[in-house]
Amino acid sequence: MARFVIEARPERSVWAPIQVSLLAILLTCIGGSFLFMAYGVAPLKGLEAVFIDPLRSTYGIGEVLLKMAPLLLIAQGLAIGFRAQVWNIGAEGQLIVGAIGASLLAIQFDGTTSPLLLPGMIIAGMVGGMAWAGVAAFLRAQFNANEILVTFMLTSVALQLLYYLVSGPMRDPMGFNFPQSISFGPSATFPILIPGTRVNASLFLGLGVTVLALIFVQRSLAGYKLSVGGVAPGAAMYAGFSSKRAIWLALLISGGAAGLAGVGEVAGPLGMLQRNVSPGYGYAGIIVAVLGGLHPIGILFASALMALVYVGGDFALLTVGVPNAVTGIFQGMLLTFYLACSFLLTQRIRRITPETVPKGAPAE
Amino acid sequence: MDVLIFIVSGTLAAATALLFAAMGELVAEKSGMLNLGIEGMMATGAAMGFVALSVSGSHSVGFLAAAVLGAVLSLIYAMLTLVFRANQVASGLAIGILGLGLSSAIGKNYEGKTVTGLEELDLGPLSDIPLLGPMFFQQDVMVYLSIVLIFATWYLLNRTKLGLIIRAIGESPESAHALGLKVRLIRAGCVAFGGAMAGIGGAYMSTAYTPLWAEGMIAGRGWIVVALTVFGTWIVKRVAFGAYLFGSISLLELSIQAFGVNVPSQLMSAMPYIVTIVMLAVISRNPVFIRLNSPASLGATLKLN
Repeated sequence: MARFVIEARPERSVWAPIQVSLLAILLTCIGGSFLFMAYGVAPLKGLEAVFIDPLRSTYGIGEVLLKMAPLLLIAQGLAIGFRAQVWNIGAEGQLIVGAIGASLLAIQFDGTTSPLLLPGMIIAGMVGGMAWAGVAAFLRAQFNANEILVTFMLTSVALQLLYYLVSGPMRDPMGFNFPQSISFGPSATFPILIPGTRVNASLFLGLGVTVLALIFVQRSLAGYKLSVGGVAPGAAMYAGFSSKRAIWLALLISGGAAGLAGVGEVAGPLGMLQRNVSPGYGYAGIIVAVLGGLHPIGILFASALMALVYVGGDFALLTVGVPNAVTGIFQGMLLTFYLACSFLLTQRIRRITPETVPKGAPAE
Repeated sequence: MDVLIFIVSGTLAAATALLFAAMGELVAEKSGMLNLGIEGMMATGAAMGFVALSVSGSHSVGFLAAAVLGAVLSLIYAMLTLVFRANQVASGLAIGILGLGLSSAIGKNYEGKTVTGLEELDLGPLSDIPLLGPMFFQQDVMVYLSIVLIFATWYLLNRTKLGLIIRAIGESPESAHALGLKVRLIRAGCVAFGGAMAGIGGAYMSTAYTPLWAEGMIAGRGWIVVALTVFGTWIVKRVAFGAYLFGSISLLELSIQAFGVNVPSQLMSAMPYIVTIVMLAVISRNPVFIRLNSPASLGATLKLN
């Protein structure tokens, strides 16, 4: 009689995280099929619209790469915190403040042709994101205030700050009272990479941060200390690794990365500061980080997939008439199924047949 | 006098959704389950309650549908954490995101529509008492039920055997398991109760407090609910007090403008979140105090075989 048992993996498998991610994607497709059926759409047609159609045209691929850039930036930063069990869920707010910071420079130096404007905006955005996350780090390190709640609340505050600025101090004076800033000039926007698409050079920021994350996680002592603090807080304390330092480091890195994503939006596809700076990239970035197994390379693939879901949701609206609310459900399903399957990271399912049980083994 | 009536009656109504969700979350957290998906469950409850009311014309059906869907969502969270041993924080976030997506899908065709709100309960002569009548006795039935729920939650947790079991599991699920208590079952039950209450709280927002559906209308209330359990240091009366405090703060936004004070409306909208942050810092300042009051196993992954 063959039967299956769940047992602890004797060692960490390199393939396990990939298996878990692929399984989660497969289950999401199955769940998505039911969703499409509920909307009266043939499942395969729906899945094709979400996952295949965007990749059929240069424009579609461009849109995927465009949305991949902020997701990649945010997720790489968040993953470093998550490894240390520092849960920054406010990347959305840090993105917004980063966008505001970059926009301040762009508006102040409107009309300049200086090549220094864009680098300045990048730094301003990063500092903005770090400052916003820094508030949470300060409150957690000094007052023990839960960073999950504080980072979320700060996002709501950032949103109101944005609404205030675009309808008042930073509004375009010639803009017929629309709640948006002036359009940024060419020296305040990223150059387009592929003609005919909206992909811009901010994708290189994402790829650069990926390389830095890889080095930080695998080669640096600071990255090692963070990971130990996450896996075994007791051991980290015993070794004298400061937990306050870990909180500051994790939040500043993730806040800075999210701020960069904000720069990429205002100096990229938007070309101005407006009320809708981000379609929830900060929250989707959480899913990307987890789905990528908190590993820089895994996150690279996960961000591409999540960008595809964003663009595919819009395509599904156009081609098969499914409301793009399905994007949110797909995102939720991806994370839910990943977590459900994640026990396979440390456990494995093994088939036991009479032959594999050694003779003389005690009967169960 | 009118101001006083406005503040008291307004606070009672504004706190109702928070109270339902907070009492539910408190019971779940007492059993050691940190469900961060409240926001998503409230949003789903709001959408579901609104649609069910629009279709059936009955408020009871609306609240019931919202409660059932809230409980179903929260049971997915329970399954992730209790069966698949996933991290509680990540699982709560997953359900939160799933719930927000679900709410927008459910409410898609009802965006911006309105329904008839819940009627005020006719309390006869009580409602006619000067001052006290308009303050306390011209409310809808859910306002009174939320007050009943405060006492019921206190009674359940502090005066019943089940409450003792829930608290014991929250302190040490391993010891409770060793005593032969059904840890997973009871935790799942507490989480389902929390989900149902969050669903009702959400439905109160969309079918009674402001009888309309708009995507994103829960606007962070689910997270304020989670924060309330920390403010209240997991003690029923303090959590309830916190809910009323936040109810009154959310009135500020409406009243400040009514009184003609010139403050950016965005600052007033941000006020509940700013107050939450400040209060969290003040209450959490002493880590020992928090550790003494919080359920010891809160947020920890269950390690039973």
